[in-house]
Amino acid sequence: MPNHNGSAETVKKSMKQDRFEHPDFYAIDDLLTEEHKLIRSSIRDFVKREISPNIEDWAQRAHFPFEIVKKFGDIGAFGPTIPTEYGGGGLDYISYGLIMQEIERGDSGMRSTASVQGSLVMYPIYKFGSEEQRKKYLPKLASGEWLGCFGLTEPDHGSNPGGMVTNFKDMGDHYLLNGAKMWISNSPKAQVAVVWAKHEQGRIHGLIVERGMAGFSTPETHGKWSLRASTTGELVFDNVKVPKENLLPGKNGLGAPLMCLDSARYGIAWGAIGAAMDCYDSARRYAMERIQFDKPIGSFQLVQKKLAEMLTEITKAQLVNWRLGVLMNEGKGTTQQISMAKRNSVQVALEIAREARQIHGGMGITGEYPIMRHMMNLESVVTYEGTHDIHLLILGNHITGIPAFI
Amino acid sequence: MKILVCITHVPDTTSKINFKDNNTKFDPTGVQFIIGPYDDYALARAIEIKESTPGTTVTVLNVGLAETEPTIRKALAIGADDAIRVNADPTDSFFVASQIAEQAKAGGYELILMGRESIDYNSGVVHSIVGEMLGIPSVSPVMKLELSGNTAKLAREIEGGKEYLEVSLPFVAGCQEPIAEWKIPNMRGIMSARTKPLKVVEPKSVNSGVATQKYELPKPKGSVKMISADNVKELVNLLKNEAKVL
Repeated sequence: MPNHNGSAETVKKSMKQDRFEHPDFYAIDDLLTEEHKLIRSSIRDFVKREISPNIEDWAQRAHFPFEIVKKFGDIGAFGPTIPTEYGGGGLDYISYGLIMQEIERGDSGMRSTASVQGSLVMYPIYKFGSEEQRKKYLPKLASGEWLGCFGLTEPDHGSNPGGMVTNFKDMGDHYLLNGAKMWISNSPKAQVAVVWAKHEQGRIHGLIVERGMAGFSTPETHGKWSLRASTTGELVFDNVKVPKENLLPGKNGLGAPLMCLDSARYGIAWGAIGAAMDCYDSARRYAMERIQFDKPIGSFQLVQKKLAEMLTEITKAQLVNWRLGVLMNEGKGTTQQISMAKRNSVQVALEIAREARQIHGGMGITGEYPIMRHMMNLESVVTYEGTHDIHLLILGNHITGIPAFI
Repeated sequence: MKILVCITHVPDTTSKINFKDNNTKFDPTGVQFIIGPYDDYALARAIEIKESTPGTTVTVLNVGLAETEPTIRKALAIGADDAIRVNADPTDSFFVASQIAEQAKAGGYELILMGRESIDYNSGVVHSIVGEMLGIPSVSPVMKLELSGNTAKLAREIEGGKEYLEVSLPFVAGCQEPIAEWKIPNMRGIMSARTKPLKVVEPKSVNSGVATQKYELPKPKGSVKMISADNVKELVNLLKNEAKVL
């Protein structure tokens, strides 16, 4: 009988069979529609077929598999909430969350590629772009023909994006863009960059910069110990002439990029729990298979404690994510709620990765198991899209009404 | 061309099987259901033919109660055009084959594909019965299916090798790997499946003469017994007296 997990005989050899099953201790599946479950199982099958067999190799070699971009486009992982008329999925926020959960269950770097494309490139073009911009860019980004990136962070402006120095001047028939962005996922391979820069009066605007524009380059960042299967780089603008029609007309000010980040952070809240589930699932299996003192290590109290705490935290986070998804669907999800979910999920995932690493013993540090890769990936996830501490301050500000950022 | 793909709604291969009502019924509690893996191959090949042959439509047929509809929607998401659900509990092969034959007659399909067998009761005879009922050839297990005009070239698995044959349309095929690669529905497919037609029809009355008395689980597998390689006597003794296979 064939093993019906979508991987079948056709896939390349994986180091280990991906037998992942998600925990559902509180029957949260009952809160999902049949369509949600089909979306989740389809993306899970996709991950088991396209990502799991190769991811350890890609991560070990720090190789970004560019061919995955087209495959993500084909399966519909780019811009699931963007309307279908622009090539998006026309799906709801729970669906988007489940897609991110399943991809990050495979790898945070792969999820980053999809998050950036959907939430940070397609979302602002859809939300703030003109009809011409939507028609020009969205279908190609949705299909994976083009890869996009998002330029907000600068070498000297991370948690303080409002201090950015990248700027553009109105030259009459075009804008002249100067500056540099750093830590940009997808940049070395991106065809399109949504770049946030200040105009002469200091107001932040979004510009669509395309590969090939003179003075625009995207040097790659090497030597990462995290998100190794995802490509990261800089965006350098040296007197880049940007056509005026490439300015996003719909919104300006720091609020515009922050809206994009809300959308991406929402996906991370789900995604990080995907990574946590993978660590838990692997640890649970390992604890039942690994024999010490003539018993599975799962029979020891300290291992059971770890597993019980992992399941507890995953279950709590699943409920937070689901509820946040419902609020997002109703248009009621707030920045602060997203901050709480993103921060909680990533912290939970990091702790679970560390505990799972211990359950795996020495095997946990090898590429035979996904644990160490998830753990290293999550060190980026806890920092990007608003650091762990910044999200705390967003919540602190919400509780007290007193901003403590500076 | 009109293709009919018959799919089963079966427990996932990793499910734990339990029975209820004094072991007279399968207990679906907590069981994840999937499209029968062999049916999934049949469906994948049908979609490939549709993609390469303009004017082809693929109809999915399932004999099952309302709970099978998510499985049918998945088949629509994979790319079938429409679906029929015969609203009945698929009690036995003759009953199911009768329902399929009834629908196939009405629909005038040129190609009727299904898995070589379901993976719940594994009877593996539905394709043959449907062929007989319709008076058309049935072939199984088909590992390769290439259409050329009104005939099809098939490769079939037989004991110790493969059999290559040509069949004229219409015919019934019970499919298995590697006839096609399983297809994963994409998000657009899932969206469009929402609005594809799914017709529910009542079953025709069939007296198949089959009744289920009770179910039994096979005995759990025993642990492995290691016998020293030079102790053939002990091996033979165990095979004879303990395993009782000699």
